[in-house]
Formats: sequence, structure tokens, C-alpha cells
Amino acid sequence: MALTRDELAARIAADIPYGAYVNLGIGAPTLVADHLEPERDVTLHTENGLLGMGRAAKGDEIDPDLINAGKIPVIAEPGHAFFHHADSFAMMRGGHLDVCVLGAFQVSVTGDLANWHTGEPGAIPAVGGAMDLAIGAKQVWVMTDLLTKDGTSKLVAACSYPLTGKGCVSRVYTDRAVIEVGPNGARVLDLFGTTLEELNELTGLELTQ
Amino acid sequence: MLDKRVADVAAALDGIQDGATVLVGGFGLAGQPIALIDGLREQGAKDLTIVANNAGNGDTGLAALLKAGQVRKVICSFPRQVDSWVFDELYLAGKIELEVVPQGNLAERIRAGGAGIGGFFTPTGVGTLLAEGKETRVIDGREYVLESPIKGDVALIGAFKGDQLGNLVYRKTSRNFNPVMATAATLTIAQVDEVVPVGGLDPEAIVTPALYVDRVVEVGAREWL
Repeated sequence: MALTRDELAARIAADIPYGAYVNLGIGAPTLVADHLEPERDVTLHTENGLLGMGRAAKGDEIDPDLINAGKIPVIAEPGHAFFHHADSFAMMRGGHLDVCVLGAFQVSVTGDLANWHTGEPGAIPAVGGAMDLAIGAKQVWVMTDLLTKDGTSKLVAACSYPLTGKGCVSRVYTDRAVIEVGPNGARVLDLFGTTLEELNELTGLELTQ
Repeated sequence: MLDKRVADVAAALDGIQDGATVLVGGFGLAGQPIALIDGLREQGAKDLTIVANNAGNGDTGLAALLKAGQVRKVICSFPRQVDSWVFDELYLAGKIELEVVPQGNLAERIRAGGAGIGGFFTPTGVGTLLAEGKETRVIDGREYVLESPIKGDVALIGAFKGDQLGNLVYRKTSRNFNPVMATAATLTIAQVDEVVPVGGLDPEAIVTPALYVDRVVEVGAREWL
């Protein structure tokens, strides 16, 4: 069986090293937080200026001055720290975060990422922190369904959408497979209810294990 | 003793000229200098360039300033949101200019503006549309793109507490762009929930030291907190 979104989030959470500092992108990657076991001592960073972010706030916990990058009210864990935007992105750009998990429109086998702009006429470009996140952690992982709603592979030989970052992704977690990508090309690390032959048929690529 | 307090929002915004570049702090509601933004709409300066993370939400705040036709250009990281209909309509009609900047580059460009840095090479954006036409350089084997500083004529800052000297502290994630913007404008105006006596802020915890701030206006506790 292919993995559900939650199962995929749990798999990613299990791969995050003990004690890591991690930024989870807006959208599906935020689900990873629900599967991080407390004893793994993972610290979450949010680019709007908080290290030690906790879960979404409920009821009386909600404070409009305490939000995440998706502008959702959150709680803060014991030992958290606040800082301004330039410091926050210095943490990222300076390579101080261990892992960043992002969504994608497309990822190439060489690790190029497209996740900010369709490039269609009339589309209003909005990048937010996507380009900073893409180049800003020691390891950048993508979490996505392998296929778009119309069945097109998001893992591609070369991105056709405008790039967010060049050669920045090291691993792609999809509902069908986990694939290592980078300058030396792609390698399949794990398959979920899918054979390598099926994966190659779905992606139109010639992936190996 | 030096006293940068002004009586009200109108006095805080006095003298802002048409054509000014205005840095506006805040990320979502957190740290947004809402009283000052609303005041700028009434003050009426037009042909403004706004530098902020977003380009307005709903029909209030920055969106209202845009709707009133006071803004010529927006420099921001994320204009398009579920409720950015005022900006969207102006942009698609060609009535407003947009410069999209990656969020970290935006913060660092403002920091450079305030710190007297003439530009900086950053890896963010290399090989993308947002680096097109910009100088690049390979440093220690990595490719970087040259980004320029951003300075404002005016900065509108949303702080939590301040004193009459202009020292400021922020609350939780409302810090965001405010401390860097406070450093990068000719005229820095801070709205604070509360003015405390000089000595009432822990000097070890002051985030924006007084010399960056020109005017302080107390607006009272924000009703949504």
C-alpha cells in the first residue's frame, strides 16, 4: 500500500536525528510535528522568530502575538527563545538548522526544487521564505505525493516550473517511495506498496535502488 | 530628560511626505503597527512605497491604505494570500508595482540598510527568477547573488513597551521585522501598548535601543490580545 499523508509524516519524523533543530514548511510538512516523539528532543524553528515552537494553541492558549510562519497561533515549549527576522534567517542561511521539510510542485533528480510559482500569466508571484528555506538547512527534504491530481510525476528529470533553489534537496519523501536526489542523480531508498518498475513507469524515469 | 513621546497618532505621523518609502513592521497581526497604518490613511500621504512582509489582508490596515490609492509600489515577500483581494485587484489591473523579495533577503536588505552595509552576497535566490539580472559571484566554491540595502524615509514600528527615550521591547513573535526596520529609516515612529518610566525596562532585555527611535506614541492595550 502507498502511504497515507499521516504515515508519510510519521516516516519523516522517524528519520529526523535525535536532538535536531528543524524547520517544517507550511502545509503538509507541519504534520511531521505530530509524530515527533518527545524523547527525541527535536527543537522546532519557525522563521517568524521562535526556536522551541510547540503545537497549535487551543482555547485560552491562543495569543495573537505567538504565531507560526503560517500565522497560526501556537504554544512555545519550555526553553524557547524569540528573535527578529534577520537573526531568524541568519540561523537558516548560516546552516545552523539540521533539517528543513518542504512541500513541492516539482523536484528534479539533481535536487532542484520548484515550489513557489507556477509561472502562469496572471499568477501573482509570492515567495515568502521558500527560497531561504530551500538553501538554508544542512539537509532539505521534500514531502509530497508522488503524483499531481492529474497523475503527473512531481519527481522529474528537470523542473519546468520556475525554480525555488538549485541542487538544494537531498531527499524526497513521497507516498510511493523515498528517493535520494543530488548531484550524483537519484537513488531509491524505500518503496511503499510499489515496485521499482511501477515507480519508473509512474515517473517516466530510470531510477535504481 | 529627552522625551520622544508624542500626544497622539496624528502627531506621530506629522510631516510624512508624498513619495516616501515607508517600512512597515509586523507579521500577520503580530507586531503590526495598526494604529500608525490607520493614521497614515487619514494623514493622506500618497505615491508611497511600502516595504512589508505582506501586501495587506482583508479591507483594513495596509489593504485600506492600498485601496485609498496612496501606494505606488509594494516591496514584500508574500503579497498573495486568501484575503489579499485589494492588492490582487490593483496588481492585476496594473495599478500598483510589486517587487517580490525572499523573506530572509528582505530582512537582511533592511538590516544592511540600517547597518551601513552597501550590499551583500547571499545564496538565497541563486538560479531563480528573483536573481535575474543581478551580479553573482562564486565564493569558496558556492554561488552567491548580490543584494542591495533597503532604507526607508519612515519606519512604522509595532512594539509592546517603550520609554520616553525610545527604548523598545516586543512581545513574543511580534518582534519579527520591527527591530531591523527601526534601524533603517530616517524617521522611526513606534507605537507601543504602554510607555513605562525610564529605568522601567531591563537594560539587558531592551531589543531596540533608544537612538534608533524618533517618536513614541502610546496606543493602549490591543483589544484582540
